[in-house]
Amino acid sequence: MIPLHLYLLVSAGLFCMGIYGVLARRNAVAILMGIELMLNAVNINLVAFWRYISPESLNGQVFAIFVFAVAAAEAAVGLALIISIYRNRETVIAEDVNILKW
Amino acid sequence: MTLETLVWLIPLPPLLAFFVILLFTRGNKRISDLVSVASILLTWVISIIVLIGALGTFHLGENPIITQIVWLPLGESVETSLTMGALVDPLGAVMLFFVPLTATMIFIYSTGYMASGHYWTEVKGEAHGEDHESDEHHEVVVDDAGRKLTQFDATKWKARFMAFISLFAGAMLILSIADSLLLLFVGWEIMGLCSYLLIGFWHNRVYPNQPNRTTPLKAGIKAFMTTRVGDVFMLLGIAWLYSVTGTLNFRETLYSGEMLLALEAPAFPTLGQSVPLLAGLSIAGSISILLFIGTVGKSAQFPLHTWLPDAMEGPTPVSAMIHAATMVSAGVYLLIRMFPLITVGWHGHGYPPAMKVIAGVGAFTALFAATISIAQRDVKKVLAYSTISQLGYMVAAVGIGAYIAAAFHLMTHAIFKALLFMGSGSVIHAVEHGEQHAHHEGHHFPIDFDAQDMFNMGGLWSRIPVTAWTFLVGGMALSGFPLITAGFWSKDEILADAWLHAPVVFFVLAAAAFLTGFYTMRQIGLTFAGKPRTHAAEEATQRDWRMNLPLIVLAVFGVVAGYVGVHEDFPLLGRLFGGNPFHHFVSQTLLESPEVALFDWTPVLLSVIVAVGGLLVGWLVYVRRPLEVGEADPLKKVLGPLYTLFENKYYFDELYEVAFIRPSQWLARQIYEVIDRGMIDGLLHFIARSTEWWAFRNKDFDTGVVNRGVDSMAEGIGEASDSFKYVQSGRIQQYLAVVAAGVLMLAAVFIWALFLH
Amino acid sequence: MTITPETVAFAIMSVLVLGGGLGVVSSRNLIHAALYLALTLFGVAGLFVLLEAPFLAAVQVLVYLGAIAVLVTITIMVTRRLMGITENVNRQWPVAALIAVLAAAILGFVVISQFAGVYPTQAVPPDTIERMGQSFASHQGFLLPFEVASVLLLAAMIGAIVVARD
Repeated sequence: MIPLHLYLLVSAGLFCMGIYGVLARRNAVAILMGIELMLNAVNINLVAFWRYISPESLNGQVFAIFVFAVAAAEAAVGLALIISIYRNRETVIAEDVNILKW
Repeated sequence: MTLETLVWLIPLPPLLAFFVILLFTRGNKRISDLVSVASILLTWVISIIVLIGALGTFHLGENPIITQIVWLPLGESVETSLTMGALVDPLGAVMLFFVPLTATMIFIYSTGYMASGHYWTEVKGEAHGEDHESDEHHEVVVDDAGRKLTQFDATKWKARFMAFISLFAGAMLILSIADSLLLLFVGWEIMGLCSYLLIGFWHNRVYPNQPNRTTPLKAGIKAFMTTRVGDVFMLLGIAWLYSVTGTLNFRETLYSGEMLLALEAPAFPTLGQSVPLLAGLSIAGSISILLFIGTVGKSAQFPLHTWLPDAMEGPTPVSAMIHAATMVSAGVYLLIRMFPLITVGWHGHGYPPAMKVIAGVGAFTALFAATISIAQRDVKKVLAYSTISQLGYMVAAVGIGAYIAAAFHLMTHAIFKALLFMGSGSVIHAVEHGEQHAHHEGHHFPIDFDAQDMFNMGGLWSRIPVTAWTFLVGGMALSGFPLITAGFWSKDEILADAWLHAPVVFFVLAAAAFLTGFYTMRQIGLTFAGKPRTHAAEEATQRDWRMNLPLIVLAVFGVVAGYVGVHEDFPLLGRLFGGNPFHHFVSQTLLESPEVALFDWTPVLLSVIVAVGGLLVGWLVYVRRPLEVGEADPLKKVLGPLYTLFENKYYFDELYEVAFIRPSQWLARQIYEVIDRGMIDGLLHFIARSTEWWAFRNKDFDTGVVNRGVDSMAEGIGEASDSFKYVQSGRIQQYLAVVAAGVLMLAAVFIWALFLH
Repeated sequence: MTITPETVAFAIMSVLVLGGGLGVVSSRNLIHAALYLALTLFGVAGLFVLLEAPFLAAVQVLVYLGAIAVLVTITIMVTRRLMGITENVNRQWPVAALIAVLAAAILGFVVISQFAGVYPTQAVPPDTIERMGQSFASHQGFLLPFEVASVLLLAAMIGAIVVARD
């Protein structure tokens, strides 16, 4: 059997890579990919805990299902936004979208 | 309404009149006249009622009318409190006889006298005089000293005048019915104030071209100050008496045998061993001398006599009031009242030191003033010195122990002196009116024309007969014309007593009597006899009934009042007039009735010779061949340099000026300039300036430090905020990084809390 | 730890996940990044299978791989332009790296200290999927969240259409 902490470490690692991607990438789509990584890491975490701690309850899986739903919605809207920005500003670089500043 | 209650009411009407006139009449002359005359008439009526009651009381001396209230409670019992009350014993009854009588006459006279008159006053500012109410525009003249002068209406302040003399009368009445030295002193002081107010009543009057003449303003101050000197010593005497006896009530101090015996003790037991002069002085004697100094001031005896002649600057009714009816009489009244105290140690032979002092001062003053009087030009000044002289008579009488004679002369003198003063006022008014008439007819008078100078008069007998006849009656009474005048009987009694007990005093007083007759006739002669010496005298008229009526009334009294005091052994008249009722009545006032001296012809004849002699000499000089225009006083030739000495009052005023007045003024100026202006004001200015300096430093601190501090702080905050704005860069990844960092920190804290503890 | 087929499978899936993640965040070419993303998602699905949640694995493949990864790829292609070789990391990448490392450290610390050596104690009930399905339709279950999620998806759909319109 695989000890729990290994799953959690994988999840943590994925999460941190996602953070790096969100914070450090220039392209907006790349940032969104980083976000997807983070969401997946969370899902792994949820399911791992569900399996190892209380498999008879449904909460873990249901929570994961909802994360899926939200992730999908968010990805859709986010990408739509990116396309809209690309159309208006001719750029997909996050740094260049900085009008709301001092 | 008992007699006791009525006694309280006697001083009240004039005092009320004073307040009413000042507060409510708004200067209306008719109403003020009515109020004041009505008040004094009321007082006179009440006084007569009380007097009748007093006369009817059996043994008034032992059962005087007494009423008392507690004034200042000092402790539980009545004895230790200060009380205030009224006392009417025979002496008081005498006062209640002549004071309201003369006061009423003077009030009525005043309403007439103060209804006309002008005097010179200095113009300040524009050329119009002070007459803003009347439409008269008086001309402005310039005197030799360059002052601009104009005529001022002397009747302008009549209401105030009536108010003041009402107060004066009220004060005298308080004094007359007072039952203690304290209350007497209250009345005394109020009169002092009134003398200032009334003598200086025409305070803006100036005399053109007469720089040495005292103005009313100066005279008022002089009167008040001089009597003040006397009052200080009097107060010392009162305090001493209170400290020794514990009370100031007359009946308690003067009518208690033990009290008087205790006061006979020597006053300066230790000091008297080194200073023999003080050895014979008893406590009573010392107190008497101190109180006597008060009399010296108030009754203008030597050396505090200088104020009285200058007091003639006041309107004539004031002179009548002060120098006949009230103020100077108050001084003598005090002396007579304190007689039991003064005579402590006198057992019939050998006078104690106090009495010697009193008699000496009185006799000397009598002669001294008489000599001055014979050389005066001003009609009122003659009477002023005459008053001083007559008061000397009364004082001397007390000094030699002639208690009743002094009281008698006080009464008669008040009557005929008031008459004489009012008469002189009539004369002055007549001459002033004459001056006006003559002016209208084209005669011109120099601006320093003196309507009071007797040498400007003459021939007034036919022009103002009422005044002339009444003046003659008064003059005769003053000189002591035998048998038909009151003055004869009263003066005669003093002389008789002096002949018996103190011959030295007798001769001095006799000499004074001779001079009295002389200057009286001189005055009558210069004023009324002969032909008018100026146009003013030619046209002189006087018709006011308000002025003539009082003269007539007082003239009647001047003849009749003397008969109550005729010696009972006097042939025919003694029995006719009830055997000296005055003596028997007043003598009850004392614990031991003074003996009735046996009737002796010698002093009577001597006094007749002296009085008639003086009158005769005066008649010879001034009436048989009256003075012509421009003629000098024949007395000048006779007396030579003595005349100048008399005329200038022995130069006492000048002496006092140099010895007392100038040093005081110097001292006052020093205090004012050096101490008050220099030091105190300097200190205040310094405080003000340093406060100001401190305030400015505060302001500098405020603007420089505080303001700048706050401003720079604000600026700094602004700049800091300014630099913070760059946080909002618009780059979302930056924001996210910050959020992530924050979350990490929180996570760290949580982990440390949850897992490591 | 004994080497069992389960262990091997776990190792392979982990490598796919982590390696794919690494590729996503570090590759210069965006298409490569998208492909790496697909790899990662697949690896996650494998992990789900290992965790005895086959339904979730299926959903993962359907939703993520079938929809989201495709969407991302389409978006990349739509928003592609001819750019020179530019940096694919922005100015603050050191900070980001630091934060990532710190996060990893913290998470790692917590995981190892708290959950080391935890093994499953119970078996998964066989009717899990049926129960899950029923729970989505019952009031005591997750009916409401289910419906809300539907509304959310509707809103997202409308929103995306509106935003991305010309």
